[in-house]
Amino acid sequence: MTRVVYSEGEDRHATPADYLSGGWSIRSWLLTVDHKRIAWLYAVSITLFFFFGSAAALLIRLELLTPAGDLLSAESYNRLFSLHGIVMVWFFLIPSIPATLGNFLLPMMVGARDMAFPKLNLLSWYIYTLGGIFTIVAVIAGGVDTGWTFYTPYSTLFSNSAVLAAAVGVFIVGFSSILTGLNFVVTTHTMRAPGMTWGRLPLFVWANYATALIMVLATPVLTVTLLLIGLERTLGIGIFDPALGGDPLLFQHLFWFYSHPAVYIMILPAMGVVSEIVACFSRNPIFGYTGMVLSIMAIALFGFIVWGHHMFVSGQSLYAGILFSFFTFLVAVPSAIKTLNWTATLFRGRISFDAPMIYALSFLELFTVGGLTGVFLAALALDVHLHDTYFVTAHFHYIMVGGAVTAYMGGLHFWWPKLTGRLYSRAWATTAALALLIGLNLTFYPQFLLGYAGMPRRYHSYPDEFSILQVLSTLGTGVLALGYLLPLIYLSWSLRRGEKAGPNPWDAKGLEWQTPSPPPVHNFRETPVVEEGPYAYQ
Amino acid sequence: MPTNKSRPAVQFDDMDQQRHAGLLGMWVFLLTETLLFGGLFAGFAILRLQHGAVFAEATGHLNLPLAAINTALLLTSGLTMALAELAAGARLRRATLRWLLATIALGTLFLGIKGFEWYSEFQRQLVPVLNLPFHYSSELPAASGEQPVAAVAELFFNLYFIATGLHALHMLVGLGILAAMLWLAHRWRRPDRIDRQLRIAGLYWAFIDVVWIFIFTCFYLLRA
Repeated sequence: MTRVVYSEGEDRHATPADYLSGGWSIRSWLLTVDHKRIAWLYAVSITLFFFFGSAAALLIRLELLTPAGDLLSAESYNRLFSLHGIVMVWFFLIPSIPATLGNFLLPMMVGARDMAFPKLNLLSWYIYTLGGIFTIVAVIAGGVDTGWTFYTPYSTLFSNSAVLAAAVGVFIVGFSSILTGLNFVVTTHTMRAPGMTWGRLPLFVWANYATALIMVLATPVLTVTLLLIGLERTLGIGIFDPALGGDPLLFQHLFWFYSHPAVYIMILPAMGVVSEIVACFSRNPIFGYTGMVLSIMAIALFGFIVWGHHMFVSGQSLYAGILFSFFTFLVAVPSAIKTLNWTATLFRGRISFDAPMIYALSFLELFTVGGLTGVFLAALALDVHLHDTYFVTAHFHYIMVGGAVTAYMGGLHFWWPKLTGRLYSRAWATTAALALLIGLNLTFYPQFLLGYAGMPRRYHSYPDEFSILQVLSTLGTGVLALGYLLPLIYLSWSLRRGEKAGPNPWDAKGLEWQTPSPPPVHNFRETPVVEEGPYAYQ
Repeated sequence: MPTNKSRPAVQFDDMDQQRHAGLLGMWVFLLTETLLFGGLFAGFAILRLQHGAVFAEATGHLNLPLAAINTALLLTSGLTMALAELAAGARLRRATLRWLLATIALGTLFLGIKGFEWYSEFQRQLVPVLNLPFHYSSELPAASGEQPVAAVAELFFNLYFIATGLHALHMLVGLGILAAMLWLAHRWRRPDRIDRQLRIAGLYWAFIDVVWIFIFTCFYLLRA
């Protein structure tokens, strides 16, 4: 029954060397084509950018500690929130789960030896790095003051900051997500092990597959839009310039055609991670697997027809507004199906509260709050009141930080033993997970109240009566920082000192757990044959 | 398993899988490319709807006969490319080389004519970038309260140069790929590999054809 395929020259009785045994020379990392090492390259890079973006956020929150604009000038404040947005969206959130955990796990989960195109995989990291360099250059050159959205005419006629360098950085990094997406799609289609049917793919693979489709389909629209912005600034063409008959609103349409699906690039992989963790730590098969798969694909699809809800007050036609509002409500349906199915998976499970599970349960709380407030914002009339207020800021931070980052941390803790072969301190991990949950709610919940009371986004000073809520929010940032710094310390510590994990410390069922930790260079000693679904718990 | 002379790359189980992955990879890449040009064409469509009359008149300032010849050249190059693929599939080295050369020649001719067209537009002062002089004569009455006709015509030429420029860039990449394939076919070391790669390159070349058809239609033919 079992089909065994050995790679060339391999001794079939020797224990295969693990992927880290190839050495620690710079060359062995920078020229690697092993998807597991490339995942680490990404992990280190996005962590650097994450702390870079976090530093900007910290300065923003410190400025907002007092009503007067005393720490930063309005100008520097604009540059800081633009930097925070650009770095966090394109250099952390978009690549976060797919390029690290996805890169490491997707080939293993489908039972393959590597991605379909290992060299493209490495190339995508180099492109990411090149884009990152441009962004840092933009910061050194004085920063960007347009906000992360590069709205025209801020970014074309009236900008005197390093818009071009930043736009080039984002333009370049887009190619890295396109290549990652291309690799994921082809790998999922063509590299599945015998018996790994579509109906047996883990939800993490489905989620990353859907994400990859969005990356391939949406990113090029951003690319061409930034190209037009760049040409407008360098050559003086006027596609978005009303003086020439151009249309500034066209920019918003093209931008959000990418940037709304981009939100699903961030959240879908997070949903994949949570599915794996919830099933494993409640010892239950995922409730409604088919429904979960269909929901993933539905979210990816609906993601492409809701971009206009960012433009309810931008002057698009009322009919467009009504349609976009309706489609946006539709997204809530598959999202709710997923949330209810995770909850149903917990039902009568043997739940253990290890750190990954605390992160996953935090995700359920945070995603529910973030998702439901999204429904408020999808309502046309209510959005007029809430548009461009802290309510929006709080909503998308609940989704992006509360959803995507929390799931990334959960996934990191879940698969850490597989990635490194080591266990981390359980007590510290629990502390960090709880700090993240408390810090997040404390930081962003007050912002809902601020926004509802009328506090607009992107101001560095505010009236005195908002003071208490703003101070609470800044205090939350401190707790949140603890939730990020602690894992950095105890995870690094575990790399050398942590207890050996063994192949499957959680007794999980996925294919990736059926191979040693850390995994051998080509993942499996022999090509596995899959005979059951991904969640054969109980 | 037959003792095949060619072995797949280490991540693949067999040649079939590798072949399938390569082709699918190019298809997915073309999906990306479609959306790249799609964004541009969507922008064109919206501006065309807003300024129908001016855009229709500006179209008349482009050289339709030259563009028609170019269309014929590019479509023919699609045929020669398909013949090159067939020849490689039949393991005919000389025929593969001949059809590849023909494809490259047609593609180069296309770019030459395109370059001449741009040059003549530059001479007629129709290149509205970098503060170059832009002289546009129109018979349309200037509608009150709107942008001047010449400004909107400038917008049309901007779009025209971006679309044809992006297409020419893709042609250059395509010609580079074909040149590499020509070299590989000249050496003829692993015909099965040449066959596989030529099919992937052929997909890309066909895509460039299709994009040109859309450019030709939107920028040259929509005159009313």
